[in-house]
Amino acid sequence: MTDKIKKKNHKVESDKITASTRSAFNKSYRAWFIKALLRALTVIVLVMLAVFFIIRLVPGDPAVMVLGEHADEAAVEALRQKLHLDMPAGQQFVLFIRNILTSFDTGISIKYGVSCRSLVLQYVPVTLSLILLSMLITVVLTVILAFGAAMHRDGILDHMIRIIPAFTEGMPVFWVGLLLILFFAVKLGWFPVGGVGSGGTAFWKSLVLPAVTIAFGQIPPLIRSLREQLIEVLDADFVVTLKAARIPKRQIFIRHVLRNSFVPTLMLMSVNLSYLIGGTLIVEKVFAVRGMGKLLFDAISNRDFPLVQAVALYCAIFVVIISLVTDMIAHRADPRMLE
Amino acid sequence: MKKLLKKLRHSTLYIGLIMLLLLAAAAIAAPYICSYDPISQDLYATLKAPGTSEHLLGTDQLGRDMLSRLLYAARTDLAVMVLAEIVPFISGIFIGMLSGYFGGRTEWIISLVTDTFIAFPYYLLVIVVAFMTGAGIHGIFITFMIVGWLVYARVAKPLTASMKNSEWVQAAKLMGYSDLRIIVKEIFPNVLPQAVVVLMTDMAALLVAIVTLGYLGIGITAPAPDWGSMISEGQTLIGTAPYLSLLPGLMVVYTGISLSLIGDGLADRWR
Repeated sequence: MTDKIKKKNHKVESDKITASTRSAFNKSYRAWFIKALLRALTVIVLVMLAVFFIIRLVPGDPAVMVLGEHADEAAVEALRQKLHLDMPAGQQFVLFIRNILTSFDTGISIKYGVSCRSLVLQYVPVTLSLILLSMLITVVLTVILAFGAAMHRDGILDHMIRIIPAFTEGMPVFWVGLLLILFFAVKLGWFPVGGVGSGGTAFWKSLVLPAVTIAFGQIPPLIRSLREQLIEVLDADFVVTLKAARIPKRQIFIRHVLRNSFVPTLMLMSVNLSYLIGGTLIVEKVFAVRGMGKLLFDAISNRDFPLVQAVALYCAIFVVIISLVTDMIAHRADPRMLE
Repeated sequence: MKKLLKKLRHSTLYIGLIMLLLLAAAAIAAPYICSYDPISQDLYATLKAPGTSEHLLGTDQLGRDMLSRLLYAARTDLAVMVLAEIVPFISGIFIGMLSGYFGGRTEWIISLVTDTFIAFPYYLLVIVVAFMTGAGIHGIFITFMIVGWLVYARVAKPLTASMKNSEWVQAAKLMGYSDLRIIVKEIFPNVLPQAVVVLMTDMAALLVAIVTLGYLGIGITAPAPDWGSMISEGQTLIGTAPYLSLLPGLMVVYTGISLSLIGDGLADRWR
């Protein structure tokens, strides 16, 4: 009887404690979130500012690019006026930001004459699929290999994993892509040499080699990071206790070890994301994939200012959102990071 | 097998140094080793496979000798790689030390700039700046002056922040040394080893970036041979003459391996 009451009291007490810590967590979490959001917006604005002015520093006049070098001067001047290129750069920037804020309008492409948004929407599915596929490959291989290495420390796999980055760090992405083309497309004929297939299977099949190419550069540092974290956690006292309590090994790994060790690797992955987006640009060229990278490269070569700005804006938003989400996951998984 | 791997890991520094010195020697001695001019064409001897008696590594589609092209490209690529690291290395360390030492507003501004650069896809930045400055070697230098310092700032900042409150820095402060003197004389020597380790991996990354720009056609421009543009020229013939694009890539990988072995070796030694 008294035992029961004690238990009950104890439960109420512990509920109180978790409730109070939770509300404290929520409070500092909210403060952190607002700060992070403001910072994200600042970063987007700064990126846009940088893109806007840097692209105008590239020699070459868009109007001349469209009309040709021998165009009539009056026609060039008329086009410049139509594109607002005759205004001072500062005024152009204000106009650009105002259009984004009022109607999320990024303007009309100088080269193609259609809205930049429609061009981006047309090119983005391929690139997004490519990034997602490569992320999937990256995560699966990283977790498996890092676990393998951490479980059998100083085993052959462990040594291999520590030596392999020395080989992969200096490998140009496009060259790895060429090796894959040579072996899997030319010699074995399993995948197409380049281009994107249309329709379900052909589409994904043509993205496999490019995705592997991108993943190839991402995996080694991630494995290294996850392996180190796993080893640290596997040696921690609480894991030894769990083992002693004969909790099933699988449960220990997934619920306790992985949960306590994936955060730094996740952060590293989100930092790598912007590299990854630049990386797709090169991989798209190697495999003749018509995606955002190609769109951007052509836009820069054509001095298509609005299109460059639009692509940069969408990329920046994407990067910032992903890094915000990873930060949120990290803080949920490890509240100590708020301090 | 295990023992061998372990032994290899402990002698990485020497292996890396020997590999790099061999390559550097071959690049410097290129004019004396090579019997062919790297840009002179011989349309009667195009696409000779590697191993022929006159051309050890074969010839390309214009009949240019691959061996001399690879070695002359090593001269340009390696020289650009080393020279383009100097300014970012020094400025990055100092920016990082300032940010870590003073903290507060200085740190906030510097980390905001760093974040902006990071949100910017790296290769996008490199490509835009390369377009801005025009293709060629000077474009590469300017590009990496703008983007290269980030890595070093990110290494130097936390290290400096952790040293700031150490006893010996406090002691130096009590002795009345100026902040500048403390940063240069007390903190810099302690940040340097870490920064040199990073320098090795970053040089490998820089070489890849130089080669990538060459591949995209906005880096080192023809007729000067460059591993990147050689790979791009060879890509069209990947089915029939794969060595055209494989060999220059192997040179890049070889350099990268030697640098990262040196970096690993130094890191082990200084830990």
